[in-house]
Amino acid sequence: MSLAEPAALPVAASVPPRLHIVTRFSTRFKTSLPAYLLLLPSIVFLTLFTYGAIGRVLIDALYQRATPKAPVLFVGLDNISAVLADPAFTGAVINNLIYAVGTAVPSIGLALLFALALARTNAVTSALRAALFLPVLIPMVAASALFLFIFLPNVGLLDYYIGRLLPVLPNWLGDSDIALYAIMIITIWKNAGYYMLFFLAGLQSVPEDVMEAAHLDGAGPLMRLRYIILPELKPTFLFVIVIATLNAVTQVDHVFVMTKGGPSNSTNLVLFYIYQQAVEHYDIGKASAATLLTLAALMGLTALSFRTMANREGGP
Amino acid sequence: MKLIDALTKDTPLATRREITPKLGFALTVLLALVWLIPFLWMGVATLRPASDGINLMAELMPSLKPTLDNIRDAWEIGDFPRYFLNTTIICTGILLVQFFTITLAGFAFARLDFAGKSLIFYLFLMQLMLVPVLLIVPNLRIIAQFGLYDTLAGVMMPFFASAFGTFLMRQAFEAIPTELEDAALIDGASLLQRIRHIYVPLSIPSFSAFAIISVTSHWNDFLWPLMVINSPDKRPLTVGLSVFTATAEGTQAWGTIAAGTLMVIAPLLITFLIFQKRFISSFVTSGIK
Repeated sequence: MSLAEPAALPVAASVPPRLHIVTRFSTRFKTSLPAYLLLLPSIVFLTLFTYGAIGRVLIDALYQRATPKAPVLFVGLDNISAVLADPAFTGAVINNLIYAVGTAVPSIGLALLFALALARTNAVTSALRAALFLPVLIPMVAASALFLFIFLPNVGLLDYYIGRLLPVLPNWLGDSDIALYAIMIITIWKNAGYYMLFFLAGLQSVPEDVMEAAHLDGAGPLMRLRYIILPELKPTFLFVIVIATLNAVTQVDHVFVMTKGGPSNSTNLVLFYIYQQAVEHYDIGKASAATLLTLAALMGLTALSFRTMANREGGP
Repeated sequence: MKLIDALTKDTPLATRREITPKLGFALTVLLALVWLIPFLWMGVATLRPASDGINLMAELMPSLKPTLDNIRDAWEIGDFPRYFLNTTIICTGILLVQFFTITLAGFAFARLDFAGKSLIFYLFLMQLMLVPVLLIVPNLRIIAQFGLYDTLAGVMMPFFASAFGTFLMRQAFEAIPTELEDAALIDGASLLQRIRHIYVPLSIPSFSAFAIISVTSHWNDFLWPLMVINSPDKRPLTVGLSVFTATAEGTQAWGTIAAGTLMVIAPLLITFLIFQKRFISSFVTSGIK
């Protein structure tokens, strides 16, 4: 389906060539009108809050407005260079990279283990799946409230049960060397059950007779995993990696509730930095510049996920 | 290994005698129990009397003298009925408008032929990938320009259109045989009548899958309502819980925090336990997101 496709229309031979084209266009538009009207409500909101918002960020990034009342100044690319020179921003980017890899790898690995172990459906596996899936359903804010106590120094759940085995009790959220890893645990706990679902769905496409045949040929479970299951799951892996990366950039509720980016910016992530600039420092210019940089950085990922999507969707 | 044997007795013939899959299963059982610990603590701590003191707060063995005091305290300190109402209004409002927008747009993509179809389709597709969560700053400015700052409508508005829902409905509508529509066409049914009386009733499973995904995600949303809402009486559950937690944390009232958290997550958890299968399949469907 393309714009250039000619519409088959009965046009009188006497119509001059120019007018011919005009009629064709207007008729094409007329037949398209019902579709446009049906799409209108969606397009209005998508334009406002996605494409319009991106336009807004592009403009806002060029201006400076130190306080809500101060006059607006055109500063060109100053906001971008200010953000890039801000150690809090570069720190947040590095934290976010560590956080993305450190949450994606374990949660995807665990998800695969869970899916392999629970691929058969019976009462026991259904109950176990439900247990692993529960964290997906609860708000990150609620998970954070529970983990605040789990990580509480001395009296918390971790110290009460495991901490006693250690010579020195760590302050899980209060130590800038540990805090980022502590909040990663929540994310792994929360997301592994979600990714498990996609692997469970992917495992259904592994043919059982091929597995049986490989077994008869003497292939052990690890060999079958390596040579039959993993190749079959490749699209699922790609897809889950994209989702996990997006999650690592867009989910910061736990940072807000548990650490506010601290201690000494050790748990600051990019989206939280953007929030801080906009809401705590009223610096729309800098917040917009940081948003723009993050969006640009996600473009590569966008292209990748676009391809994964297009493969799954099959286009219009 | 007797227990594991019993639990895995319907495994395929190939793996029945192998040790590695059993170890994997045993590890999964263990981890599933670990996964439940935060929920277990929440339940136990909610019912623990304050007289047990802070030193027993982490004890996972339930207290022998359970009390409802923590629930009562949480109920009195936090304005939970109000938060609950606000979240319900937000989720319902978003969902109703979404049903309207995704039905119309999904139908246009599934059944109509129009100029610029591919272009518009890719515009929708891109929206999925542009990570709207990142656009909180410009969206807040747009909401403010509409005069919707500090209103529930402002929280809802950016989600009124859903590219994901549009694609879901497009797939559902495409699966409906055109013969049904042709019959209605002969009877003189208008476009909207055909959508209303043929396509919508036959796509109820897709609508309910979408409803589960939409309500779950907006029920749990935090950062966006936090930015839009200023008045305490307009807070949704998530924002209310974060304020409540911050207040109670200062007084070390962990039993109250557990009770408050329980109140916030109970509705979704109970709904999930009743409609487990439907939830899981909806979340798998959301994979096309």
